Amino acid sequence: MSKIISLFCFVVLTFSCTNNKTESIKEEQPVNVVIPNDTTFGVTTTMVNIKGAKYVPLYGRDSQLVIIKLFSMDVFPVSNADYLAFTKVNKRWRKSNIKELFADDNYLFEWKNDTMIGNEMKQNSPITNVSWYAAKAYCECQGKRLPSVDEWEYVAMANQDIADARKIKSYNQYILDWYEKPKTSNNEIGKTFKNYWGVYDLHGLVWEWTSDFSSILLTGESRNDVKTDKDLFCGSGSINATDLMNYAAFMRYAFRGSLKAVYSVKNLGFRCVKDSIIIIQK
Amino acid sequence: MLKLATVIGISSALITSCGQNKETKPKVDPTKIEVVGSSEAELTAPPFVPKPVGDRKATKLIVHMEIIEKEGVMADGVKYIYWTFGGSVPGSFIRTRIGDEVEFHLKNHPDNKLPHNIDLHAVTGPGGGAASSFVAPGHEVVFSFKVINQGLYVYHCATAPVGMHIANGMYGLILVEPEGGLPPVDKEYYVMQGDFYTKGANGEKGLQPFDMAKAIKEQPDYVVFNGSVGALAGDKAITAKVGETVRLYVGNGGPNLVSSFHVIGEIFDNVSIEGGSLVNHDVQTTLVPAGGSAIVDFKCEVPGTFIIVDHSIFRTFNKGSLGMLKVTGDENKTIFSGKQSEQVYHPEGGTIQTMPEDANASKLAKPTSLAERIEDGKSIYNKTCFACHQANGEGLPNAFPPLAKSDYLNADINRAIEIVLKGKTGEIAVNGKKYNSVMTAQTLTDEEVANVLTFVYSTWGNNKKEITPDMVAKMRKSTK
Repeated sequence: MSKIISLFCFVVLTFSCTNNKTESIKEEQPVNVVIPNDTTFGVTTTMVNIKGAKYVPLYGRDSQLVIIKLFSMDVFPVSNADYLAFTKVNKRWRKSNIKELFADDNYLFEWKNDTMIGNEMKQNSPITNVSWYAAKAYCECQGKRLPSVDEWEYVAMANQDIADARKIKSYNQYILDWYEKPKTSNNEIGKTFKNYWGVYDLHGLVWEWTSDFSSILLTGESRNDVKTDKDLFCGSGSINATDLMNYAAFMRYAFRGSLKAVYSVKNLGFRCVKDSIIIIQK
Repeated sequence: MLKLATVIGISSALITSCGQNKETKPKVDPTKIEVVGSSEAELTAPPFVPKPVGDRKATKLIVHMEIIEKEGVMADGVKYIYWTFGGSVPGSFIRTRIGDEVEFHLKNHPDNKLPHNIDLHAVTGPGGGAASSFVAPGHEVVFSFKVINQGLYVYHCATAPVGMHIANGMYGLILVEPEGGLPPVDKEYYVMQGDFYTKGANGEKGLQPFDMAKAIKEQPDYVVFNGSVGALAGDKAITAKVGETVRLYVGNGGPNLVSSFHVIGEIFDNVSIEGGSLVNHDVQTTLVPAGGSAIVDFKCEVPGTFIIVDHSIFRTFNKGSLGMLKVTGDENKTIFSGKQSEQVYHPEGGTIQTMPEDANASKLAKPTSLAERIEDGKSIYNKTCFACHQANGEGLPNAFPPLAKSDYLNADINRAIEIVLKGKTGEIAVNGKKYNSVMTAQTLTDEEVANVLTFVYSTWGNNKKEITPDMVAKMRKSTK
């Protein structure tokens, strides 16, 4: 099992290497690559099944129906304690060992050292200041993966009661209010609402990494985006500016568009998902 | 890559502007002005501006601008999460001269939740810099531009949803002075209007979130100068001395409203219309578009408090767009006698000046009992007084004193009658707070004055005095 995981991580690494040397490498394996030995680290998390469906994301890649297959999702975002356990076992993801290729200088910025989180931080707060590479490695070592944007948005459109609450005013206002509020990353996980699927904290705690966060490219000049990228607007038929949900989603996509995979941002954490169904034990 | 983008940006800017400027300004092509050395730009929070460029040469000017999302005070007891350039609303004032090459460092504080960018209207280039300055929290971007048009320009955030970023305070001014600088003046200040949309109505206490629906309907709860109610009033009023020339750099961040900028009791000697090169003279009110500016200057001839308003006047009296310029020094009785308070600002004051039909009506049915008097007084209050003193006599902080439980009111009936008849200008203290503004004389009959004052005295915890028309008539005679 652990070999398979190692292989998985190896693929990741070679992938990034080939990215950097696209022309020189053809079929040969890179010579000096150390095979990382990321392994499981004894943290198990509760997951819930998410029943698949077809839906139209607000700003989907193709602005068409997206098919979500059955999958399972972590109930909570990954906590500081969980991540600490991960780095204890997998030393290449420690603060002092991290390669520039995989994370910028903000990686675990507020941690005291490799094995201690910051004084102000709580064990049960969401891990933040982690790069996309780190988040991906974490999930893979658990036999999981990061959710896609479509999957994340699908689960996140639920409120407490229904699977698609995007038209409900109070739900959208809740999200918008949170977007305005700084410094929520110090809160603890599981304190926001439990949504229709049984998942917590998709809104109201921290932003979360997705596997394909950069597939919608906002240029940053968002007024251009309005004009040129039709896909962003046709998703919900004609744009209705009074619709609060447009703004909430627009802000999420704008945020994702500002990221690069090495960025480690204070208000950005992650959670993992899995293709297979899990059997819930009571 | 970034460098390449910058090079392309600048060179394309050069090409376009060459085409535009050759005919109109044959003397100096601003794109060809050489820069000498480099220095860090002085940035200031409102209402202050950095020192003038004077005769310095064009230079490489380095600007460090930090974006901070933080809680601030919108009005007494009302809090709001502002998104700011440099920690203030409006953002830090940037002062350049034509030909400067600005190296702009835009930093998004790690605690911030959102990505931001900046569109400077002084930039000739795609998105005014917005396309090159999109920055995630905890990151910094650098881009450069050469300022090739003189004038006063707005900058703002242009990240989706653009309106919301602006509505939360992400705007400011960048000045491009001509070679040799603008003509020197004695005092310079930075005033920028903005409209705000809160979930609660105007005055509702507590932390008020942004209300997108109101923003879309363009129905602001607050219209203010420099980010909050009272930011330019009372202790924070801007100041000058008699004989000094004052220049105001006036901007309007919007996001929605256009400002009818006016200083009560002053006439602008010079106005750089829309912040550009065309100068108009002897202007009473100048229009400042959302996302636009104006530079006004005037000489302070007489002392007093001059009220800065958006002359779309309900915004001033009910939504907060009221600032003050306090001028100290010797009186000049030739220019202003100072005795006829009506002349300060007669046609305004939120009051209905004459309502002949209503006046007749109240003359016809003369109330005799106290209850009738109060009833009639209430309707007069709601027509004439409530715009300033508010529906429950609570007044407006820093602008209009309260009538509810008012020590000033209860202390002297005759003084109250006199104020209604003659108006009142200057500083008074009510319930321990100082107020310094203008109330105009009210054109009400003796009967009406008696009724409205009786109403005020008998409600909101005041001392229940009854005022009769005879008392009013006596005061009217004795103060003539």
